Amino acid sequence: MNETHHHVTLTVNGVVREATVPGRRLLSDCLRHDLGLTGTHVGCEHGVCGACTVLLDGEPVRSCLTFAVTVDGQEITTVEGLARDGALSPVQRAFTECHALQCGFCTPGFLCTVTAFLRDNPAPTEEEALEAVAGNLCRCTGYQNILKAVHRAAQMQATQIQAEEGGA
Amino acid sequence: MKPPPFDYRRPATLGEALGLLAEAGSGGKVLAGGQSLIPLLNMRLAAPARVVDVNRVPGLDGIEAGPSGVRVGALARHAAVERSPGAAAAQPLLRQALRLVAHPVIRNRGTVVGSLVHADPAAEMPAVLALLGGSVRLASRGGEREVPAAAFFTGPMESAVRPGELAVSAFFPALPARSGTAFHEVARRHGDYAVAGVAAAVTLDEDLRIAAARVACVSVGPVPVVADVTAACGPRPAASVAWDAVAAAVRDLVEPEGDIHATADYRRHLTGVLAVRALRDAASAAHGEES
Ligand SMILES: Cc1cc2nc3c(=O)[nH]c(=O)nc-3n(C[C@H](O)[C@H](O)[C@H](O)COP(=O)(O)OP(=O)(O)OC[C@H]3O[C@@H](n4cnc5c(N)ncnc54)[C@H](O)[C@@H]3O)c2cc1C
Ligand code: FES
Ligand code: FES
Repeated sequence: MNETHHHVTLTVNGVVREATVPGRRLLSDCLRHDLGLTGTHVGCEHGVCGACTVLLDGEPVRSCLTFAVTVDGQEITTVEGLARDGALSPVQRAFTECHALQCGFCTPGFLCTVTAFLRDNPAPTEEEALEAVAGNLCRCTGYQNILKAVHRAAQMQATQIQAEEGGA
Repeated sequence: MKPPPFDYRRPATLGEALGLLAEAGSGGKVLAGGQSLIPLLNMRLAAPARVVDVNRVPGLDGIEAGPSGVRVGALARHAAVERSPGAAAAQPLLRQALRLVAHPVIRNRGTVVGSLVHADPAAEMPAVLALLGGSVRLASRGGEREVPAAAFFTGPMESAVRPGELAVSAFFPALPARSGTAFHEVARRHGDYAVAGVAAAVTLDEDLRIAAARVACVSVGPVPVVADVTAACGPRPAASVAWDAVAAAVRDLVEPEGDIHATADYRRHLTGVLAVRALRDAASAAHGEES
């Protein structure tokens, strides 16, 4: 079949990127194959594992359940875009400190999910943190360290904000 | 796996969308949030000739709440309806049920109307629409029609939407004064589709006795099973209702099937237990309304 291709422009991690894709190209595949951003992982392709979670205009979504053409013109943040000026973000640092990853396959999805979650809820309760990561699967860690990392990241962000306000 | 090829269209107006759907006939599929359609495409369980992506059609993302109820547009995401204070005030059952739909990340894309059209017998929103006696507005090139919930759900994963039609909105009516609602379910894992679940609505009379009580049960039939249990509950205050008898009445009304997740008997048992929990919570919410 001679498939029609569509031209899409996405702002990925602040950089304008272009690709020509068929309508059925999943956003996950567009990021990985067309744009070479392999940080976004693909586990199940039916929305269950959460490894492919990216931020679409700031909100976490499953990139495996989104067509690239649908989000033409919109902003995407992937795990590659979480660090600032070469320094890991508080969420990334907390994951390292708390041993919240082993093989790392699930990590990009958790990092994107938790980054958006803490932006909306900077001081979550145990239960809120649990609910926030319940949609992401991890085969290695047993989740306890991931939960610790969520709270650690919240602390780090609070301290960072205090320091910035104190310094200003 | 990856989706099979299809003719992708992204109309910029409602008229254009309806034209594209009319032309495609039974080969056309609407793409809203994609949280049910794209998994089906990825698993190659669906192979539409044309996909009409309505995400850019203006005017479909409205959430209009008023004294008579809430009208939810085709592009209102689960998350937007869940967060809407107006919707929660006019019909609290919406937020109660939406918190049980999948995970927050899925709710960021999935739409309430898409969930109704998808008509999964285990899904929460069809039960909510059926319990409240709401309706879905369908548009086609020929005009519009409003289909009541009782006629909308026609079978498992089957709704009254005909080829060429787009569901433009759904209406969830408000309940009278001194009413309360609740939704309880049991799922294997948090965020999974329910093994069994019950939505309840209770209205009290001026003496705070139960004047009307209804439940809608999911995962126990091809479509949501709505039952009026007023006779078993009222007219008595919630504290003196024979809840065991209510549970038995609900158990008798449903005809679940067994599958790998649960036997038919276990589903029937759960439905009785959940119905009582939901009805009691709905009754106390109705009390709260009063005070
Ligand atoms: C991991 C996971 C867990 C989930 N768990 C639950 C759960 O617990 N409970 C639950 O209820 N749902 C669950 N869902 C499904 C989710 O709620 C979907 O968002 C919803 O069922 C469909 O909405 P959508 O907008 O994504 O529709 P789409 O996927 O875009 O479409 C679904 C179907 O409806 C049709 N359609 C959609 N909108 C219209 C319209 N306006 N007019 C005509 N036809 C239309 C499409 O053609 C398609 O056939 C889950 C999904 C995933 C991936
Ligand atoms: S790959 Fe997208 S949720 Fe698993
Ligand atoms: S660290 Fe291996 S899957 Fe989570």
